[in-house]
Amino acid sequence: MSVVENTEAGRSNSAAPTPPAIQLKGISKSFGPVKANKDISMTVAKGTIHGIVGENGAGKSTLMSILYGFYKADAGEVFIHGQKVNITDSHAAIAAGIGMVHQHFMLVEPFTVLENVVMGAEEGRLLKPSLAKARATLQQLAEEFELDVDPDAIVGELSVGFQQRVEILKALYRQADILILDEPTGVLTPAEADHLFRILRNLKAQGKTIILITHKLREIMEATDSVSVMRRGEMTETIPTNTTSPADLAEKMVGRRVLLEVVKTPATPGDVVLEVKGLNVVDSQGVKKLKDVGFTLRAGEILGIAGVAGNGQSELLEVLGGFRAASSGEIRINGAPIDLSAKANAGMRRARGIGHIPEDRHRRGMVMPFMAWENIALGYHNKPEYLGKAGLHNQTAMREDARGKIERFDIRPPNENLIASNFSGGNQQKIVVAREIEANPDVLLVGQPTRGVDIGAIEFIHQQIVNLRDAGKAILLVSVELDEIQSLSDRILVMFDGVIQGERLPEDTDERELGLMMAGAGNNPANGGNP
Amino acid sequence: MNRTLPRWADIILIPLLNLALAILVAGLVVLFIGEDPLRAMTLIIQGAFTPNGIGFTLYYTTNFIFTGLAVAVAFHARLFNIGGEGQAAMAGVGVALVCLAFDWPHWSLALLAAMAGGMLFGAGWAAIPAYLQAKRGSHIVITTIMFNLIAASIINFLLVGPMQAPGSSPETRSFPDGASLPTLHDMLGVIGVNFDRHAPVNISLFVALIACVLVWLLIWKSRIGYEIRAFGHSDKAAVYAGISPLKITMIAMLISGALAGLMAINTVMGEAERLVLDAVQGAGFVGIAVALMGRNHPLGVVLAAFLFGILYQGGSELAFEMPGISREMIVVIQGLVILFTGSLENLVRIPVSKLFLRFRKGDA
Repeated sequence: MSVVENTEAGRSNSAAPTPPAIQLKGISKSFGPVKANKDISMTVAKGTIHGIVGENGAGKSTLMSILYGFYKADAGEVFIHGQKVNITDSHAAIAAGIGMVHQHFMLVEPFTVLENVVMGAEEGRLLKPSLAKARATLQQLAEEFELDVDPDAIVGELSVGFQQRVEILKALYRQADILILDEPTGVLTPAEADHLFRILRNLKAQGKTIILITHKLREIMEATDSVSVMRRGEMTETIPTNTTSPADLAEKMVGRRVLLEVVKTPATPGDVVLEVKGLNVVDSQGVKKLKDVGFTLRAGEILGIAGVAGNGQSELLEVLGGFRAASSGEIRINGAPIDLSAKANAGMRRARGIGHIPEDRHRRGMVMPFMAWENIALGYHNKPEYLGKAGLHNQTAMREDARGKIERFDIRPPNENLIASNFSGGNQQKIVVAREIEANPDVLLVGQPTRGVDIGAIEFIHQQIVNLRDAGKAILLVSVELDEIQSLSDRILVMFDGVIQGERLPEDTDERELGLMMAGAGNNPANGGNP
Repeated sequence: MNRTLPRWADIILIPLLNLALAILVAGLVVLFIGEDPLRAMTLIIQGAFTPNGIGFTLYYTTNFIFTGLAVAVAFHARLFNIGGEGQAAMAGVGVALVCLAFDWPHWSLALLAAMAGGMLFGAGWAAIPAYLQAKRGSHIVITTIMFNLIAASIINFLLVGPMQAPGSSPETRSFPDGASLPTLHDMLGVIGVNFDRHAPVNISLFVALIACVLVWLLIWKSRIGYEIRAFGHSDKAAVYAGISPLKITMIAMLISGALAGLMAINTVMGEAERLVLDAVQGAGFVGIAVALMGRNHPLGVVLAAFLFGILYQGGSELAFEMPGISREMIVVIQGLVILFTGSLENLVRIPVSKLFLRFRKGDA
């Protein structure tokens, strides 16, 4: 809506009438009846880092997809460095100097770094000259921007942080002047994220313009010069970052005041409810996913498991949830062992008092084409209250029960006959949370409870988890969001490569230490060296 | 999965448009071979609805309801049962064994026992591919197709060997009179309606309609139906819910095979009154088109089965009246319907959805 005069362009050319790197005028885009972007205007000065924040579905991705040529805007104009451009596809975007680093990397894993960088930008019939040229360019880029990656490494064998650098290199190799990064830190450890921001600052110093899309307000505060807020398809505000705060941004995103901090009293842990000893899991490829994992969980406490995605947390939840067999080890619930063989199933776990909010609500936690009332019964569909005559369901009772949960958990729209996929991410998750919490489990497994959930719903879901703890239930929380682990947990375990690296109390640790442990370097807390 | 279309458009309008396209293309084919498509169309309709013809139309409809339901039930568990042909064929053996076992005192007892026999053999023939799918991951499309061929070979063997009536062509001896099912002529005669006495349509038609109601209850009202649908939409969510993929795969395929098997009471017991070679006559495959067109809903299956009944009966008349067109023309239309309702679904769906959206915008 507003055009910002960037106060922090910083470079010598900011005083001269340099045209802005990006200027959008009146961009609109509809998908059927949904207006994803409404009359959006935005200006980003050259050589700055510009953040875009907004809840899921606010229209950030649509706007960037228009800029990168994935979608065609219904109305509006795009100017790059003062030139009106018509970006019809990603080739046109690249030609205009725009590069994009996607949330899910677009890399060919069995190829080398060099091959990935060259792919799509080869010259001539033979590959060799292109590769030689790319090698030289990569060398230069690496020195210039602290972007060192071994050009001959196989991409699939690199860590996520390095894969992301390959994505950035790809864009730079195509002479991108403007770089769009979509949720770049979602899969990074805090140390890797710090390195990424150093790279971005280097790029900025070289005059590149960067657009950073993220839902982590802290990163906006840390890295950007200016920030635009999007809400319901509209760009409500663009402001210099140093004039705002995370709480202020959150309020602007949601349209009302939100509590970013979780309100909770100290835990009063009771008896041990869940006991895990020497748990080992080997996947179908023979890779060890969990190595001698052991911990205890007491009634009335929240035990958080921190770690970068893919370090065994999912497998731990799957074993506890009853749909993955362990190769050895023991798990006891209230003192009695549970079946860890392949014969176990999720129904047996529920019977033992384990509830489970799974990590992937789209594929596991719900059946997307099912209606809300059907999803509210999922996993509990054979409980006596739901049964009718002759093997039929008592659907009246099921709908009635669903209406109660929808009301108590403020699920919107309050319609039990709506298909699950027609609810927003936050309300979908509330359906899962309502179902699992009201089943009144002794132990609740919680995986990524707020992934893809809007801020308002995050607040609500966190409060429900704390309330359940205060009701004396044991909660195992797995999340890749360190903030979430730190603010909800009473104790924190850190997992790396299938091993529990150690335990910390949230009040005695900080993000730096946890970050090191998440990278596998934190076994010795005295070791303060940054990798 | 945003539902942009009202339910009626989804179940009635889209299939009808697909059908219209299929008929249009078939008409072009008729034109191409130098015949008059309008006359062909008229002959089909007339042939299907003459007093004599309607009895055959309904007889075919009965077959297609059974095989259509069979495909639909399996499909709710995301299992593509191509084996209706073989399952119905093997069910014929079950029905024949039951009917030949006793001198049945009354047709009602014989019918119940033959239904049990047919369902048992049909389900049994579906059980092996189902188990291989659930346990070994052998793709059910491949295995059920292979089982169709095996079934045909087994029946060939039985009808020229152990089950062959002495001194006759490859078929069993005729069933005893007590196993003779009442035809629609017999049944309507009781209330004074004179229905053509040569038409093969019989009480199995009502069995098929009852099966539709039961399938509807099974899929949308029962606990097992809930599990079948959950598994069909997302096997991961089903496992999370404690639903056993093995159990659901087996149950869905057993029900599917049993439904296909019920077809044998119409053909083997109701019409031929003995087991002959190729008693199924492709009805198992028609069931796929019927289920696709009926959108796997029992009501849709009944309507689609009736439509294919019309095409089959009308097609025979057409082949008789217009020698330039063989009965295979109907197979062409059938293939086109599968093409338009299955593979090219979005050809019609997307423009129609857009049209509806435009209308709705107009309302707002």
